[in-house]
Amino acid sequence: MLDELKSDALKVVGKEKKRVDTLDKVTGRTYYTGDIRLPGMLHAKVKRSPHARARIIRIDTSKAEKLDGVRAVVTGEELDIRVGLYVVDKYILARKVVRHFGEAVAAVAADTIEIAQKAVDLIEVEYEPLPAVLDPVVAYGKKAPLVHPELGSYEYVKAVFTPVPGTNIANHTKLRKGEIKKGFAESDFIVEREYTNPSVQHVPMETHVSIARWLAGDQITIWTSAQSPFTVRNLFCYSFKLSHKNVRVIVPNIGGAFGGKAGIHLEPLVAVLSKKAGGRPVRLVATREEEFSMLPCRSALTYRIKTGVTKDGKIAAQKMTMFWDSGAYADYAVNVTRASGYSGAGPYEIPNAWLDAYTMYTNKSFGTAYRGFGHVEFSWGIERHMDLCAQTIKMDPYEFRRRNTLKPGSITLTGEEINRNTGNVTRCLDEAAKAIGYGKLSAKEKARQKRTGMKIGKAVVALHKAPAMPPFTGTVVILRMNEDGTVTANFSLTEVGAGTYTSVAQIIAERLKFPLEKIKVSIDTDTEHDPYDWQTVASKGLLLTGNAGILAAEDLLSKAYEVAGQILRAKTCDLDNDDEKIFVRHHPKHSITFRQIAVGYAYSDGNGIGGPLVGVGRYIAQGLTNIDKETGQGNPALAWTYGAHGLIVEVDSNTGEYNVLKVASVFDVGRAVNPRSVRGQAIGGMIQGLGTAMCEGYIYDKEGRLLNINFTDNKIPTALDVPEEIESIVVETPQIDGPYGARGVGEHSMIAVCAALGNAIQNAVGADISHMPIRQEDVWRALKNKSSIDNFITRCSVGCRR
Amino acid sequence: MKTIKVFVNGERYTRNIPEHITLLRFIRDELGLIGTKEGCGAGECGACTVTMNGRAVNSCMVLAVEADGARIETVEGETASTKPSKLQELFEEHHAVQCGFCTAGMIMSIKELLKNNPKPSVEEIKQGIEGNLCRCTGYQQIVEAVLDYTGQLESPGELKIVR
Repeated sequence: MLDELKSDALKVVGKEKKRVDTLDKVTGRTYYTGDIRLPGMLHAKVKRSPHARARIIRIDTSKAEKLDGVRAVVTGEELDIRVGLYVVDKYILARKVVRHFGEAVAAVAADTIEIAQKAVDLIEVEYEPLPAVLDPVVAYGKKAPLVHPELGSYEYVKAVFTPVPGTNIANHTKLRKGEIKKGFAESDFIVEREYTNPSVQHVPMETHVSIARWLAGDQITIWTSAQSPFTVRNLFCYSFKLSHKNVRVIVPNIGGAFGGKAGIHLEPLVAVLSKKAGGRPVRLVATREEEFSMLPCRSALTYRIKTGVTKDGKIAAQKMTMFWDSGAYADYAVNVTRASGYSGAGPYEIPNAWLDAYTMYTNKSFGTAYRGFGHVEFSWGIERHMDLCAQTIKMDPYEFRRRNTLKPGSITLTGEEINRNTGNVTRCLDEAAKAIGYGKLSAKEKARQKRTGMKIGKAVVALHKAPAMPPFTGTVVILRMNEDGTVTANFSLTEVGAGTYTSVAQIIAERLKFPLEKIKVSIDTDTEHDPYDWQTVASKGLLLTGNAGILAAEDLLSKAYEVAGQILRAKTCDLDNDDEKIFVRHHPKHSITFRQIAVGYAYSDGNGIGGPLVGVGRYIAQGLTNIDKETGQGNPALAWTYGAHGLIVEVDSNTGEYNVLKVASVFDVGRAVNPRSVRGQAIGGMIQGLGTAMCEGYIYDKEGRLLNINFTDNKIPTALDVPEEIESIVVETPQIDGPYGARGVGEHSMIAVCAALGNAIQNAVGADISHMPIRQEDVWRALKNKSSIDNFITRCSVGCRR
Repeated sequence: MKTIKVFVNGERYTRNIPEHITLLRFIRDELGLIGTKEGCGAGECGACTVTMNGRAVNSCMVLAVEADGARIETVEGETASTKPSKLQELFEEHHAVQCGFCTAGMIMSIKELLKNNPKPSVEEIKQGIEGNLCRCTGYQQIVEAVLDYTGQLESPGELKIVR
């Protein structure tokens, strides 16, 4: 798909454009699922578990059912239906046991939200609390209670995942490359350490919302805030044993998602409530508290890394063990495990590698996809570890990274050979280092140190990620020409906020030679009116849908040229077009306008030819494979987007307080289709990454009750947390199979920011931290070499693991 | 039930409503002005910000009956007929919007800020929107849009491209 076009030959791609979706957003006219009101619509509320693990002895709904205005009450007992993305392990409502704090055990649909809440309060549930398993490493132990004793009977995607029945292992991904023993034997130093991350919440500003209407004949319509309408439909039909033609999923605009809305969540519950309420539509809006405790989060990770390094600064071998805390259900965590398993060494060449990644069931909120899909979490460990390795051999950490980056000819963990079009991570590192004045302090910075009494530290880190998706992921774009020669595009990504719709529109406009203003993109997605797409995840939308857009544009033009050739009595190979008309190249005035042929051309006597112009473009990922279950070898990566962050921090060495002064982020995007959008992704993700670096994370008590379920106790960055200076840079090494050379960058900005902060703090004051987040008190504790407060956010001791 | 009279975006509304409903629900469910969003229902995120008698409030923390007789402005009032305001246009131009869910509240907070301080510094802008959480943009492009609006943007935010 790469046209070797010089940037100045491009008219729409590569230009700063307003987004196609923001006029309605700034004027308050955009509608989201929660803005939909349907005639007769009922309101739902959920009864949730106060225990992390308990047997349900009895549920009494009789008082709730008698309440005036209650139209449906459901409990798990009557719903013997399991749902699941990769492992079908989750009942719609808990049956017999609850497996995490906040799990839904019963639900009500009523005329008003007040009645629904009152009814939920009247439901009595008797529990017998059971010992909960709350740590993924403990869950791995032989004596741990089993979260899913029935694991052996569950359906799962067998080609990709390996659950281990009789254990808490929902998936085990293995990777074996080279000869690990030989690699360690050849090393001069062995550097080994453990790094941990807590679970965190996505925090889309719009919580999950679903509306469903289950009509006679099992005709079901679902309006939902889901990222992936076709996947919702597919999983729904699988679990309810319904034909796909019976179920229609409509996704209007989405108020942020970040992976948390990628799977199937509230949809089955509202559907069964609607069925029980005689087909009246039922709406469920998750409260913020439910968003934290009932809906999924990002998995916690415990990552052990053992690296063999030579004196001259080359990594000779690396053994990696990941314990992913899946929480109560497998959801996406099994695939996060797989994807981070094959990427888990970062953008470095490891000649001899051995990796075991385990997805561990525990009695906590379940983990799902989250921007970065595991890479944010493991990059904390890897990029902290790279600094530790460099310190060990007394080499500058930037130089150590440069010596080990993947370069043309390097072989990845899965055996893929990097080529000159894969992207240039070394260049990204260099640009990041340059942007922060790495390795020295400027006169201004020295003066600042003197003035404030704080110490300034700097660090650079590198990152990579490829889309984690089935190797056969495909998509479609349909273009329809309107009567006036404008074009409407339909495809089934969802506009989660990332701006992909605008970028795809730019790509289509470029190929048609139309201005962007002539392209209308249909933003809400409807499985009944829009063509298939797998999901809006993985930073794959721009590449796959962009390519489909180019193919659709070519198809539309070829059909238009066919009609024009007939009218103009010319061969199609002699035709060209501009934004108004198709013309004969050697007689440019001999032309026909798009308007004249848009819906069929009529000769003067009324005789017609052609017909409404439609272009269809299908694209499927090329040449990818599953990875081998025993060795992890294969070709899973559609495109690697590389990047680097440079970070400057100032730290008070007495108190541990710190301020992030500057972050410079660099990504090799192949082609910046809309530079403003790229910058928006670069900054937005970086700040989200800083949030998880500085303060975010789930805190549980010892019984597994989640303690911080609101913004007061689980803070996310505000405008005041933005660094003083931000620089956004892109490198453009064109991707051969990317639309105009582009590759995705939606997730990458969040990756490795945490480690950049940790490394810069260590560079400034020597505080050595191996857990996230890095709260200011953690810096103080590390400086004083004290262990951290014992809760599940900071179970690791701090500063004493040299 | 209680009858209240409010002036929303310059229009008068008289409604008989339950005493317990919030101004946010009144605006959305009774008046159908869906531009104002609920992000937390607890006064923590600012998505529901409107101005009440010229002051920015979290409309989820105000009872509708407390707004009896008040002048309320919502994001819809910012747009004259079909034309977005200058501030709205600059939000678009600077990509100060991604998912859009915080945007209405953000714009209303900025309106109040600018009423009291027509040329706020970067720090003052950040303080002015501190109560409005945005998970998408990282705030930077919002700050740039306000700087541009107040004629203080020295150079537009740049994506440096290296080939």
